[in-house]
Amino acid sequence: MTFTRRTLLAMATALAPIAALTPVTALAQDSIKIGEINHYKRLAAFAEPYKLGIELAVEEINADGGVLGKPLEFIFRDDQGDPAEAIKIAEELMTRDGAVMLTGTILSNVGLALSSFAAEKGYLYLAAEPLADSLVWSSGNPQTFRLRASTWVQAAMLAEEAAKTDAIRYATIAPNYAYGQDAVEAFKENLLRLKPDVEFVAEQWPALFKIDAGAEVQALERAKPDAIYNVTFGTDLAKFVRDGGDRGLFDGRNVYGLLTGEPEYLDPLGDEAPEGWFVTGYPWYALEDGTPGKTFVDAYMDTTGETPKIGSLVGYMTVLSIAAAIEKAGATDTASLIAAFEGLEVEDTPIGLLSYRELDNQSTMGAYVGTLAVEDGKGVMVDWSYKDPAPYMPTDDEIRAMRPAE
Amino acid sequence: MAFFFAQFLTGLANAAALFLVASGLSLIFGVTRIVNFAHGSFYMLGAFVGVTLMEVLPGAVGFWGAIILTGLAVGAIGAFVEMVVLRPIYRAPELFQLVATFGVILVIQDLALMIWGAEDRLGPRAPGLRGVWRIFGEPVPKYDIILIAITPFILFALWYLITRTRVGVLVRAATQDREMVGALGVNQAWLFTGVFALGSALAGWGGALQLPKGGADLLMDFNIIGAVFVVVVIGGMGSLPGAFIAAVLISVLSVFGVTYLPQSTLVLMFVVMAIVLIVRPYGLLGREEVAGEHGQAGAPETPIRPYGRVGKMLVAGLLALLATLPLFAEQFVLTLTVDMIVFALFAASLHFILGTGGLVSFGHAAFFGGGAYAAALLVFHTDTRMELAFLFAPFAAGLLALGIGWFCIRLTGVYFAMLTLAFSQLVWSLAFQWRDVTRGDDGLVNIWPADWLNSPSAYYYFTLALGVGGILFLRHVIHAPFGYALRAGRDSPRQAEATGIDVKRIQYAAFALAGAMAGLAGGIFVFSKGSVFPTELEIGASFDALIVVFLGGVKTLAGGVVGAGFMTLVEDWLTRLEYWRLLLGLLIIAVVIIAPEGIVGSLRSLCTQIRGSESEVSK
Repeated sequence: MTFTRRTLLAMATALAPIAALTPVTALAQDSIKIGEINHYKRLAAFAEPYKLGIELAVEEINADGGVLGKPLEFIFRDDQGDPAEAIKIAEELMTRDGAVMLTGTILSNVGLALSSFAAEKGYLYLAAEPLADSLVWSSGNPQTFRLRASTWVQAAMLAEEAAKTDAIRYATIAPNYAYGQDAVEAFKENLLRLKPDVEFVAEQWPALFKIDAGAEVQALERAKPDAIYNVTFGTDLAKFVRDGGDRGLFDGRNVYGLLTGEPEYLDPLGDEAPEGWFVTGYPWYALEDGTPGKTFVDAYMDTTGETPKIGSLVGYMTVLSIAAAIEKAGATDTASLIAAFEGLEVEDTPIGLLSYRELDNQSTMGAYVGTLAVEDGKGVMVDWSYKDPAPYMPTDDEIRAMRPAE
Repeated sequence: MAFFFAQFLTGLANAAALFLVASGLSLIFGVTRIVNFAHGSFYMLGAFVGVTLMEVLPGAVGFWGAIILTGLAVGAIGAFVEMVVLRPIYRAPELFQLVATFGVILVIQDLALMIWGAEDRLGPRAPGLRGVWRIFGEPVPKYDIILIAITPFILFALWYLITRTRVGVLVRAATQDREMVGALGVNQAWLFTGVFALGSALAGWGGALQLPKGGADLLMDFNIIGAVFVVVVIGGMGSLPGAFIAAVLISVLSVFGVTYLPQSTLVLMFVVMAIVLIVRPYGLLGREEVAGEHGQAGAPETPIRPYGRVGKMLVAGLLALLATLPLFAEQFVLTLTVDMIVFALFAASLHFILGTGGLVSFGHAAFFGGGAYAAALLVFHTDTRMELAFLFAPFAAGLLALGIGWFCIRLTGVYFAMLTLAFSQLVWSLAFQWRDVTRGDDGLVNIWPADWLNSPSAYYYFTLALGVGGILFLRHVIHAPFGYALRAGRDSPRQAEATGIDVKRIQYAAFALAGAMAGLAGGIFVFSKGSVFPTELEIGASFDALIVVFLGGVKTLAGGVVGAGFMTLVEDWLTRLEYWRLLLGLLIIAVVIIAPEGIVGSLRSLCTQIRGSESEVSK
């Protein structure tokens, strides 16, 4: 039944753009425009909730009178996941469409390209979702700010938990690209610092979204590790969990999963979610009534009719950050906005007070950690907690050494 | 030993879906000579249709019934695509159809997103087949065993169909000589449709059968297509037993690769393909391609000649417009034009070896991206002056082309194309994995031009001079004796040899020149964007160039440039819309059907027709 309805809807939406070939950008005259670049088609599963989060926040802010007395407007553009295309669009947004700043991207490489472009041209870029540490550290620049807790921080949270156990022999599995490699490196460094006698007995590197799960599971089993650190996500994760579960790879072993608890990856697993894994994620379902986090969840479900993903939260907080920065700056020129973002404090976000560090332009958004369980045929995080990122960061001096001279 | 055996079983199980999909592609190519890029899309459709049917049909009967129905449904979709999209263009130049199949990919991607939504679907388990059996103490999933058991039956059924039935006789006859089959009174159109439907159905079955091991998602079309092409090529295009052997070989080697060389997952199969093609140029069980395939279909090509007065004035007018553009256009128009010129030069360099040389390269991005990386690496690691680093881009790309060409040039046709693809994947994986030097996926950033060029209009003139200069230079080469020799080698290698032309050497030189010019485009590119990432070396980047060359018109001189200009503008406009992939796909299909000689070729034919009727009137 749902299939038929969906099909009909799909047909209707398929015909709509042919009937009206109008660009998605609205033409409000005196709005404050933000250029938002993302991989809406290539990574639709992640970009769509993110966009819904943005739209919710924009709606709320504009209902409250907008910023500086003007409505806030986002111009959404699709870059096909191609860094060069993203740069072209960024230029158009800034020079032709009158955007006051840039935001967006999920893929780290596109984020890095935009960051470099922003620095060269003197634009402001808020990287919402990209996780790469280099974005604010080794490739950091004064024009780029970043919202989400980076790979290093999230891996360090898992390493801290791992160090509490007796496990000595660790195996890792991570997608074979920059993010996966950074995530393994960060986990290793943090764990070895906390527990120097740990040894890493196997490192598996499946190609992104092309995992040969059976072979990877056999290779991990062969190494006889005490514990496993997983960085795979998306379809790779589903295949890995299924094959590993069938073959008993996870029996009697601690498993640590980076991002595994995020609804984007956990929801598709259904009742096959791997119980007992310690993960970072987003337990929106367990937030308590009356907390700002829960208020956001309710508002999101009311307007969209969908359950929130971590992308929804990030999109929502991106808009709150931008609106707060514009209000603080009192103007929309780039210099004032950058000055406003330095040390910006955003009150009443779903995670409470959010601020942007002057040290490295990184926000203080943390991450939720917890243990996976299956309830009502769905994977959920239990015994979870929200962790502030500060204790997991390198020292200020280390960060200053990493950041190119400003 | 038990572990070893269990690994072998894993490999065999993986081979099942791969073989199904690959055998479909191989069948389609063998009979219709279509390189069907959209084959991965049928695989994806199979997975989604399978999931949907399995949700509706209950129990074990429902599960296996759903799989069978999925194949039939996807086969029907394949037949529809063949009749609507491909049938009108069989007489177009060879490989032109691949552009149409690319349009089909885009359409199916957006339709799948609309119908099934963005979220990944986990495949249902096969009823009663959850869990493992122990074989020599090693756990082996039950469903793996079932897959291993099914595959020989499928191979046998296909073998029986092809060798023992009348349909099979016709298919084999068409594989060997389709004109002759047509001459003997067989309705070719329906034979082609039938084979295409069967091939699509096999892909659909592959997608449905893998569900209990994985699921359905919107990226699986591109994710499998590389492996499928590798299997088909290693086995020999058109050979079913070859596809089977190759599927097993690749799958089993991959499993051992995962265990003993975990970092090898990106390149292993391309290395195997390169080795097989270097040792056996037509795959394990393939046959040598019939010589002179290129240029057979469609009307014979008219000799090229320099533009007449009108043409020259048009070009001069266009150049004058471009030269004065910064005086009145806004900044973004300049950026867009820079992008267009870069892409036009890249496409022109591919068009040079493809159109004039008759060498279809599937890996041309290796030289574009290679040039970009060469310049970027110098700047990034040694702070080389931009001017010097820029010069290094075409030089390094030319050297790379000399290296790759040395292996590839001895092959012809599709095998040449696939070997270039394999090498470009090797270059890509080098950039992707050698992080100490290339920073991998994080790319090389902050590669900006020297100060005197670092304003939009200065860089625009720089691009205009070098880009247009490069395009005109390539055009000049085509009209020079070297170009004539190259075309002679393309149209008739034997006669060309007989007149004393060393065909392979000419082709080798042309390949290197094309590589260097692509590298030049890459050099301009990297300084205009300020960064370079492995995406510029991906298969997709090579195909972008290939598609615009075909879209513009292979058998014309301006095809690459016009196609690139057209595509840049259309993409820039369409990507602003929600369902741009659907629209772009439909547009590509429409252009392909309306203008089977490409945009320029069809315009030219139209002009000739109009002029022809005018001159008749005046007589």
